[in-house]
Amino acid sequence: MSESTGTAAEAWTADEIMSIVGSRALRDGMSCFVGIGIPSTVANLARRTHAPNLVLIYESGPIGSKPSHLPLSIGDGELATTADAVVAVPEMFNYWLQGGHVDMGYLTAAQIDRFGNLNSTIVGSDYGAPDVRLPGAGGAPEIAASCREVTIIMRHNVRAFVPEVDFVTSVGFGDGAGFRKKHGLTGGGPQTVITDLGILRPDSGDGELTLTAVHPGVKTEDVLASTQWPLRVAREVGVTEPPTPGELEALRALKSS
Amino acid sequence: MTTAISLNQAIAAQVHDGDTVALEGFTHLIPFAAAHEIIRQRRRDLTLVRMTPDLIYDQMIGAGCAKKLVFSWGGNPGVGSLRRFRDAIENSWPVPLEIEEHSHAGMANRYVAGASGMPFTVMKGYAGTSLPDNTKNVAFIDCPFTGETVAAVAAINPDVGIVHAQRADREGNIQIWGIAGVQREVLLASTRTIVTVEEVVDELDPRPRDIVIPAMAVDFVCEVPGGARPSYALGYYERDNEAYRAWDGISRDRSHFTAWLSEKVLDIT
Repeated sequence: MSESTGTAAEAWTADEIMSIVGSRALRDGMSCFVGIGIPSTVANLARRTHAPNLVLIYESGPIGSKPSHLPLSIGDGELATTADAVVAVPEMFNYWLQGGHVDMGYLTAAQIDRFGNLNSTIVGSDYGAPDVRLPGAGGAPEIAASCREVTIIMRHNVRAFVPEVDFVTSVGFGDGAGFRKKHGLTGGGPQTVITDLGILRPDSGDGELTLTAVHPGVKTEDVLASTQWPLRVAREVGVTEPPTPGELEALRALKSS
Repeated sequence: MTTAISLNQAIAAQVHDGDTVALEGFTHLIPFAAAHEIIRQRRRDLTLVRMTPDLIYDQMIGAGCAKKLVFSWGGNPGVGSLRRFRDAIENSWPVPLEIEEHSHAGMANRYVAGASGMPFTVMKGYAGTSLPDNTKNVAFIDCPFTGETVAAVAAINPDVGIVHAQRADREGNIQIWGIAGVQREVLLASTRTIVTVEEVVDELDPRPRDIVIPAMAVDFVCEVPGGARPSYALGYYERDNEAYRAWDGISRDRSHFTAWLSEKVLDIT
């Protein structure tokens, strides 16, 4: 696991501050299409802290799930039994997602590039003979295409933050300005990238990711050294609010549930 | 439609070497018992279609049943890799495995087209991704009314569609509640169908948010209690998350997997 950051009084791991800052990206009452893995942890944390009315949507069909513990899969029984509605998979993707009803998509991936494009398919240059075979697309391409906005959460290191992804599983801003419009992608694309080092947001002009905040104790140089391209840095780099005792307690209780 | 048939007989009658077979169930109601029967009957050269290969296809791939896999997410949910799937792709073990991959929305729509008797259907998606570069079953076409470019995906019409469900009545009407995934679409898209159920009952009294799939979509119903384990059947048993975690170790190396396959599948009659 990650090493601890900060002083004894503010001891949290890098993964913990990533999850907690990640949860703050969700606003109470909004609907969120939840990807597998860290996004599900973060969305369930938000529902237990500042966003009790968050509408959790899972690609297996539940809308408005209120699970009492963290599900292992995106189709655990409790997601269905606690949901406002359970719809078939074609209805989920065609009516609810493609129809433009979902506020936020929450995704993670193995690789991200400077324009927020995501890869969860292969590592390597040869699709037919990959260095690493990853699970693949799942619901992510259409979540990235159609949600009003997308938040991405992933650990920050040079293997993950690459100039160009090996395979475009899900589109961020493609190759820059105008790409989403040209390809008919109706959603707003990735507006926030949260890592264990800080927060990146797309440049309002061409969509290139820009460092806008670091977590307490993290230096801008740490983020640059963990990114495989010359990362743009905002004129003013903020510092994220440290986790509150309540947030840490809620996260730890959730992880052990 | 008949409900008076064993799973052994149903698989023998419906599934042949070289067939395109879809065993569906989105996390819920995955027809493991039917897959194990296909493995025991040593079917070969199957094209396996499924949105999430899950443990069920990891086992069939490791057992050598598949020549091709059509899918959209090939992981062990919440755990990690499907190791037999990866060994087949990366090392051709036990036989080479051709793959064709899509997004979930793409696969769901391919079943919808198949169920609707259409050669293809349209959707927004795939645009700007690398997915269309690696399959012939996605193309982009212009809307004849607005000129907007949309993705077209080819229908999937499996030779055989197999799902698990909670219950059937004696006429073969199928009742599902909880996550319904693409169960209805795959039955309607497939030429031949088998449904395994937890129980066959006299009357399908309503359950919360249930769907009933009329018997005309079903060839054979087999009563197989526990037939979805280690996935789950809402109202009967929960998902065996420990078994999903344990699979990572069992499937990690070939000899361990082969021993598991003999003990838990092949040697069971």
